[in-house]
Amino acid sequence: MSYVQAEGPVPEGRGPLLQVKNLSVHFDTPDGVVKAVDGVSFTVGRGDTLGVVGESGSGKSVTFLTVMGLIDRRYARVEGEVLFRGRDLLTMPDEELRHIRGDQIGMVFQDPMTSLHPMYKVGSQIVEAIRAHRDVSKKEGLEQAIELLGKVGIPRPDERARQYPHEYSGGMRQRAMIAMALALDPDLLIADEPTTALDVTVQAQILDLIDRLQQEFNAAVVLITHDLGVVAEHCDEINVMYAGKAAEYGTRDDVYYGAHHPYTWGLLQSISRIDRPRTERLRPIRGAPPSLIHVPPGCAFHPRCPYVMEVCKVEVPKLIAAKGKHASACHLLLEEKERIFKEEVAITS
Amino acid sequence: MTRYIIRRLLWVGLVVVLIVFLAYVIFFLMPPVDPARAFAGKRPTPEVLETLREQFGLDRPFYVQFGLFVKRLVIGDEYGWPGFGFSYATRSPVREELFQRALVTIQLSLGAAVVWLLMGIPIGILSAIKRRTFVDRFAMGFALFGVSAPVFWLGLMFLYIFWQKLGIAAGTGYVPFGENPLTWLNHMIMPWVVLALLFAAFYARMVRGNLIETMGEDYIRTARAKGLSERRVIVRHGLRASLTPVVTMFGLDVGTLLGGAIITETVFNMPGLGTYVVRSVFQGDLPATLGVVVLGALAVSVMNLIVDIVYAYLDPRVRYA
Repeated sequence: MSYVQAEGPVPEGRGPLLQVKNLSVHFDTPDGVVKAVDGVSFTVGRGDTLGVVGESGSGKSVTFLTVMGLIDRRYARVEGEVLFRGRDLLTMPDEELRHIRGDQIGMVFQDPMTSLHPMYKVGSQIVEAIRAHRDVSKKEGLEQAIELLGKVGIPRPDERARQYPHEYSGGMRQRAMIAMALALDPDLLIADEPTTALDVTVQAQILDLIDRLQQEFNAAVVLITHDLGVVAEHCDEINVMYAGKAAEYGTRDDVYYGAHHPYTWGLLQSISRIDRPRTERLRPIRGAPPSLIHVPPGCAFHPRCPYVMEVCKVEVPKLIAAKGKHASACHLLLEEKERIFKEEVAITS
Repeated sequence: MTRYIIRRLLWVGLVVVLIVFLAYVIFFLMPPVDPARAFAGKRPTPEVLETLREQFGLDRPFYVQFGLFVKRLVIGDEYGWPGFGFSYATRSPVREELFQRALVTIQLSLGAAVVWLLMGIPIGILSAIKRRTFVDRFAMGFALFGVSAPVFWLGLMFLYIFWQKLGIAAGTGYVPFGENPLTWLNHMIMPWVVLALLFAAFYARMVRGNLIETMGEDYIRTARAKGLSERRVIVRHGLRASLTPVVTMFGLDVGTLLGGAIITETVFNMPGLGTYVVRSVFQGDLPATLGVVVLGALAVSVMNLIVDIVYAYLDPRVRYA
């Protein structure tokens, strides 16, 4: 099945930092082939912030674990291209990829409680990251680590560097993870649900921290989340994923003030907003995300879609650009989409 | 930490006394042999038996005997400290033979421990990182063999092949190190390997399982995301975390073995604690049996303590107060 997109146009004069073309990641399991990622394309420019939104199992994490080369290729079939500064990370020898990982691309994971090694001091774990790529002494490394811990807002960083992860709170650990990911001043920071496991108040702090550090380190950021609210505040562009495919792609304004995909509408309607009157209940998206082994034929979202048509059940919708970067994979006519958004979604969301 | 260790050492003492007490109770509640009768030879007169019982202290109630035993243990007896009394069977002090035999068992156990660590851990690691390959299947086949093969059979097979047929190893028996180090080694190798095989197999499986589990942890993904080499990820991050439970097992296993590796010692005819305790039990030689019980209990509880202390150093999350 051909799949046309629509790589988000590259901002002028900057050139794409990361360009993912038609990426597929399939896992062979005894029950069948799991199509975790199924033909996804997008571009991240230097200094940009891309939000990747979707439910659990929509393929957002797998996409970026593949970008990082953290998927075990023995068990996964990976197709497509992942161009980082024009070089394909998927065909690159492991040793070369290893030098990009952690150095030019940093990654922060979902659960800070389990992402740090419990038996090494936080400082030494950061030193290890630095020394994996730079020829510095342990002492210099530790000085840099302490400075980084200070930058991510950890008080008394010299003391804290000598402590173990279990002596840190969840928010502190995530700060340490961020310090580690930024230790070598990477061009790209991938944050995979960095706040999901944290308290709400801490969530905001961590996201603000990422924002601030993005300015300071001048890095591009990919923020993976299931929370459209988070994306609204922190991202320039948004990629909405569903069942391993891109459902909608656009700038923040495109998605918030004129979403074109029924799934995005569902997401918008299911977030509570403080700036709107509390007139009705939040509306959940009915049904559950599909099995990635038996993806529904046609549009994967059709069993849950309130606007389903006959064509949706047989033909996979292509991601078609409407205006600028804004593209959506839905069979509804553009005028219909705009009308429905205006009449139903904009009011209630 | 010091307070903790002192407290634990007191516990060790209490545990040993309790175990000795239990051994006493068992001995007196079901006496299969009358030590005095065994000692006295054929057709003793009642007077001789009476005198012997008095000499052995067997005429006193068992709690008095127990008290005397503990007292001798703590302050020593006429044969030295700690006092283990006088063997009913050999008519000599228990202490000397006990220590000599303990030395043999220690050599056997520690040597075997080194062998099984050197075999089990690398096999486990290899198996885990080459999971589902031929190497893994072969290693786990070996492990299954090692776990299932009875030690007495394995020992006899080794003797048959390497001693009788190939003639490259020394046979049964024990030669002290001081007498001739090479002969000593030659005599020790087979018992070490035979005793170690069972444990090696067990450890290989344990290391494999632990390492596979650890390699699925989030912090391993973090280590890879940092751009560390796979080797460093496995050794410094994976192995480090998965060997802690192995240390626990190791301490307990060594402790247990120090109380006597009965089957291995029997097959290879080694004068260790295992053969000693079997003989003593059959002869109703209470002091000798108790001597082994005391050493065994001490070994297990002290190793337990060491494991707990080492654990605190291995895993920073564990702290004792």
